[in-house]
Order: sequence, then structure tokens, then C-alpha cells
Amino acid sequence: MSKYRKLIITTALAASLSAGPALAEKMGLGRPALPEEVAAWNIDVSPDGTGLPDGSGSVEDGEVLFSDYCAVCHGEFAEGVDNWPKLAGGGGTLADKDPLKTVGSYWPYLSTTWDYVHRSMPFGNAQTLKPDEVYAIVAYILYSNDLVEDDFVLSKDNFLDVEMPNKDGFIIDDRETAEAQFWKAEPCMTDCKETVEITMEAAVLDVTPEETKARKVQEMMDATNPANKVPGAANKADEASNAAPATEAATETATDTATESPAAEPAAEEPAAPEETAALDPALVAKGEKVFRKCKACHQVGDGAKNRTGPILNGIVGHAAGTAEGFRYSKVMKEAADGGLVWTEEELTAFLTKPSKYMKKTKMTFAGLKKDDDLEAVIAYLKSFN
Amino acid sequence: MSDSSKAKSPSRRQFLSGAAAAGAGAVAATAARAAGPDPLITEVQDWATATGEGVDATPYGMPIRFESDVRRRNVGWLTADTISSINFTPIHALDGTITPQGCAFERHHSGAIELRKEDYRLMINGLVDTPLVFTYADLERFPRENHVYFCECAANTGMEWAGAQLNGAQFTHGMIHNMEYAGVSLRTLLQEAGLGAAGDLKDKWVYVEGADASSNGRSIPMDKALDDVLVAFKANGEALRKEHGYPVRLCVPGWEGNMWVKWLRRIEVVDQPVQSREETSKYTDTLADGTSRKWTWAMDAKSVVTSPSPQSPIKHGKGPLVITGLAWSGRGAIKRVDVSKDGGKTWETARLGAPGEKMALSRFYLDTEWDGEEMLLQSRAMDETGYVQPTKTELRDVRGENSIYHNNCIQTWWVKPNGEAENVEVS
Repeated sequence: MSKYRKLIITTALAASLSAGPALAEKMGLGRPALPEEVAAWNIDVSPDGTGLPDGSGSVEDGEVLFSDYCAVCHGEFAEGVDNWPKLAGGGGTLADKDPLKTVGSYWPYLSTTWDYVHRSMPFGNAQTLKPDEVYAIVAYILYSNDLVEDDFVLSKDNFLDVEMPNKDGFIIDDRETAEAQFWKAEPCMTDCKETVEITMEAAVLDVTPEETKARKVQEMMDATNPANKVPGAANKADEASNAAPATEAATETATDTATESPAAEPAAEEPAAPEETAALDPALVAKGEKVFRKCKACHQVGDGAKNRTGPILNGIVGHAAGTAEGFRYSKVMKEAADGGLVWTEEELTAFLTKPSKYMKKTKMTFAGLKKDDDLEAVIAYLKSFN
Repeated sequence: MSDSSKAKSPSRRQFLSGAAAAGAGAVAATAARAAGPDPLITEVQDWATATGEGVDATPYGMPIRFESDVRRRNVGWLTADTISSINFTPIHALDGTITPQGCAFERHHSGAIELRKEDYRLMINGLVDTPLVFTYADLERFPRENHVYFCECAANTGMEWAGAQLNGAQFTHGMIHNMEYAGVSLRTLLQEAGLGAAGDLKDKWVYVEGADASSNGRSIPMDKALDDVLVAFKANGEALRKEHGYPVRLCVPGWEGNMWVKWLRRIEVVDQPVQSREETSKYTDTLADGTSRKWTWAMDAKSVVTSPSPQSPIKHGKGPLVITGLAWSGRGAIKRVDVSKDGGKTWETARLGAPGEKMALSRFYLDTEWDGEEMLLQSRAMDETGYVQPTKTELRDVRGENSIYHNNCIQTWWVKPNGEAENVEVS
């Protein structure tokens, strides 16, 4: 690079830097947001109630809604299922060895609960609750924390009257003063301690994932002559053998396979409904895969699928209900299974249209698929795993 | 390369310290000669005879299969479901400072969504002169900047508060990545909407929100928003990956990863923090007395030895050994990293791979001789503000064991005479 060019670049850089702060001059990019657009997205709620819509909901209604939409993860009494968050209890435990942080014991503002339920819940079906439903669910969460009585109705008007127990439990970051000793500039270099003892070992606890498995497989493969392998095939083999923590990869691979060759799959062993023997429409299956995204929060399907919040769905179409091994079904589903329920396309269609109507008290807190097209597509997609 | 970095190169240092190490070095060299002729050299190998793959075999390449062990890993028991979960960067197997996108840790609250550039909209609303909507194409017409920044989850090392738990640098320190971003400064976009309506900017905030189902949102004080926050759309030269917020994410340099909102869809200028779930019930640090710190945004200076470490044992026996690791600070550039082999009794200053950059990872090396005895390996980072990475005991003395977040303590690996390493705590 010539000196002359360098000079030009340096000058240009200096010019743009000095122009930086003065860039307040607008570039005329973008377009004004329409009021309807702002209204659609600007739905966050602040501690002083800014953003709260009109409406109200009772503990009584909230109990039903909570059971339908939330209990599958958070428990009927907001006590939490498995590793999902507990929403109630834990009062007075914040200084304990294992504090229980819930809406009642920890959350400083009620607005946070309203805002979060409204924008981010139910998990897998977010932003579908109406304001009155959110008021009711929040009222029920307050009730399950013993913060209101069972006849309580939460509304925009009384929202700010609710006292959150841990509202004064927070301080603003004080590290620069409380931890001023860490800014010590010149740390000790020699004779910093007299003795050093090992006080704890991770291997004793043994909670590290089985990660060495992948390495061992790799070492074994390296030991075999790599020249024996066909390049393309070897890559696939590697992926398959690295089975260790590859749940996500496995799910994706399964999905890919399904979209690539949906027709190849249903070489049906069971002589079920006649249309099952006919090849599935790949476009419909592909559409069904998209619809299935709504189900993915709870259900897995394909190679390597496991029971999650919902049972594994391989082979579900035409299969007896309530039989996924190791899955804890709701009482009603068990009863239906004992009664001989089979997931024919008709039954599945009825169930998926509105699960809570088809089967009261089912654990499946899914609102349902409203469009016939979606129902048909998702069932075709599921059939591709038969 | 500048002269100063040349002067710090390993060859020169090794040369200078070579006299002391000559004995051990000679032994290692002899051992290598003891075997017979190496068939990898004396016999013609297949790869030297037959041809390899053609140019289009992998139109977008993945690492060679021998490296397939270098991958993100998940700790199943941490979370209820992978859709709302985290995995870990294989930092034990990387070198340099840039994290390839394909193995950079992921953290989702409602899964990684697919959002096409054509469907992407960014809204700026609230206390601005003109609420605006930008398309992706609009964003590309603003002046762009390049910056290398680390992104560390506030919960990185969070499982280690109560004791040594996870056996591997990937698991203890892998909720971090470091990429070179291209994007538009948030300041530029805010100025386009106009901040006149906000009045005095001192007590104003911006609320930033994602387009995914979790609708993750955080409040950022205006002075930070106007300082160095970047609206990024490329990382390491290419489009962001789906799992990192394609097509647009926020970079909040030096501050906890949760604020780096992915699939950024809205920026609202507000006169108070929203106090969303992620800034009240989560990402707050509970102290021993039960009160909790909030707004602990900056990531304190921190470092870890990435090799040797439990997933990267010493396999070569005694003799020359490269001890290496990463250091970073959310308050500025790394100035120095010290390494101890005896659990913190004595320290020696390591060499930085390059001069430290603000809010970016630094790589350090200690080129040393291993005598084959056990080591209690530690590293200690110092940043340009004079902050010195504390020991676990020092940190617990102020914060207790229930903070979950912001554990930046000194890590100890117990390297045994057979070269294997284990995560331990020391007195």
C-alpha cells in the first residue's frame, strides 16, 4: 500500500469519527410505525401499571384456566412438576441454603407476573391468552401463594393494591463499593499461602454428563484405518456414533429424514385404514411439519424421540391411546386407554380440535388447531412416522 | 504484526529460558528417536497416492470428522427441557479467541426460531420523536461497524458456587463465546427516531425485546444504549446462526448475555425499567442474608485454564508444556493473567496472545516445563480498571453461595502425574 493511499484512508477515518457524534442528522430510513402496529407489539407492563389493559379475572376462573394451561408444568397448585418452575411457596427461605424463589417469595412486582404470563406463556402457545384470562391466572397464582382470599378478583383498578412480600428485598448493584477489595492492582506473587489442601473434588460428586463417551468412540475410529472409509458415508457414521448428548441433533436429523422421504416411511406393517397404505402427499406432510412446531414444545417424534412433557408420538396414528412406555398419563387418558381408545384419524382430529373439550382434565394444555387444513396436515405428518 | 507483539513471541522467550530447560528437552528428543523408522514417513500412504475430494464435495464445509468431538454439549439435569435450556462451548478444544458460530453456546427460552430476513421488522417506539419500523434491508443502509465482543451468560460457572461440580472447562466455563460482529450502533437507530421526546436522557431507559415466543426483554440504561450497544446482523463474517438470533441480535458489550436479545424486534424508549421477569425473578443475585442484588449487568474479570483441563489432559509426559486459557472482563481490556501451578502459593505471569481488547476474550499462554508431578493449576485475570479476579473463598465471603449468577472465581484443576485433570476446590 502506498503512503499516499494510507494518508487518504487516515484522513477519511478521522473525518468519519468526527462526524460520528454529529450524526444526529437523519438518514430518512425506515418508515413511521402505524398506531395499530405499535399497539400490537407495545404490550409490556411496568411496575406502576403502565401498559395494563382493562379487564379483570377471579381466583375461581383462574383455577380452571391454570389447570388447563399451566398445571402440566407448574402443577395444579403451582407447586411445579419435575424441573419446571415452582410458582408458589418458599416464603422466608431466601437466606436458607437452598432458597425457594417463587412469585410469592421472591418476585418484587406483580406487573412482572402479569407481563410474563401475557407475553411468554403458556409455554409452546405463548401470546394467546386474553387480558381477562391473564388477570384470572395471576389472581390464582396470588391465591396459591396465600396472598389473596379465594373470592378475590384481580383487575386493572386494584392491581397496585396487591402487596408483594419481597418488594423491598432488592438492592442496586453495589459491587464497586461492597467488593472494592477486588480492585487491588498488585496481587501477591510468591508465598501467598502456607499450605494448600484439596477440599472438594468434582469426580466424587459425579454429575458431569457422559461426555467422555464421544471421545472414546472417536479414538476407536481413529485407530481403525481412515483410508478404509468412503468419505461421504463416514461423515454420517460419525454423526450417528456421536450419540452422547445429541438430542437436538437427533431430533433435527429425524425431521430432515421425514421431509426428504415421507413416502418411503409408511410401508405400513399393520393393516390399518386403507388410506394409510397409499403414499402420503409430501406437500401435506411438509405443511404438517410446520404445524407440528406448535406441538414440539412438549412432543418429540422420529428417530431418537423421547417422552418429554408429552409422550413420544412415533406411530401414534391408528395406535392404542395411552401406551407410550414410561410416560405418566393423566387419569382421564388412562381411563380412556383402558376403555379401548384408539387414535384413529377421526379421534385424533376431534382431540386436536380442542383437547380440553374432547377430554376434560387431560394434561395436554394445548388450545387446539382451529383450521381443518392444519389438522389434516399435522396428522399426515404424524403418519409419516408410522 | 507490530514489533511489540513479535518481542513477546514464544520462540524468543523459550530461547531465553532455554538454558534452564535444556536437560529435560534433551531427554524428550532422545525418546522420540528411540523408535524405529516411522512407517508414516517410510511407507507411501494412501492419501499421498489417491486423490481427495473435489471442490464441490462440501459447498459449505463442516470441520473434518476427526474433530467431531469438538461440539456443544448440554447438561441434561440442569433444565426441564432443551427448548428452554443452555448448552456449552467446547472451550477446552479451541485456541485463539474467536469462537466458531457452529460450536458457540446456545441459550434459548422458547427454542431457536426461524425468522426470514424478508419477515423481519424492527420497531422503535416509546419516547421518540417518530416511532419507526425498519426492515432488514433498511438496517443494511445505515453505517456499519465491526467489533469483537465476548458474550457470557450470567450463569456461567453458576453450578460451582456450592462446590466443585462439573468436570470440564466446557461445563464450568463454556457459557461464553467471542465473535466479530458487523452491525449498526443502537445510537444511530435511536437518533434516526429522534430522542427529543425523551427530554433529559439521564434517567431514561431502552427496553429491548425479542420476536420469539419467550418475548425475552430487558431494560438498558440510556447511557449504555448510547455508548457501545450494537444491533448486529453478521458474526465472524457470515450471517448470524439461527440459534444466535438470525437475522438480527443485540450486542451489549461486557454485560450479561441475557441482555443480548436475539431476534430483536422492538426497542422502546421508556422512563422507567420495565422490571421484566428476566431482570427481577432471574438474573438477580441473592446474597447470604436473603437480599438480592439487581442490575448486576457488568461481567467481572474472569479467566480459566482451558488446557490442560479435565477434557484436555496432558498426554505427552513431562517436558515442554503449553498451559493456555482465556481471560475476559466486562469492564474493559485484560491487562495481565497470572498462572499458579501450586494452588495459589506462587504465581507467574503468562503471555497474552495479543494485547487485550475491550470486552473481548484474551488468550494467554504459559510456555513451561512439566516435571511430571501433580499440579493445582489456576489462572488469575486482571483488567485495565485494576480489578483482580478473586478466589472462590473471597467471592463467597461477600456473596454467599446462592448468587447463581456472576461466579467469576479462580478455577482450580488438579493435574495428576498421569496427566489427567480434575475440577477441585482448594483451601
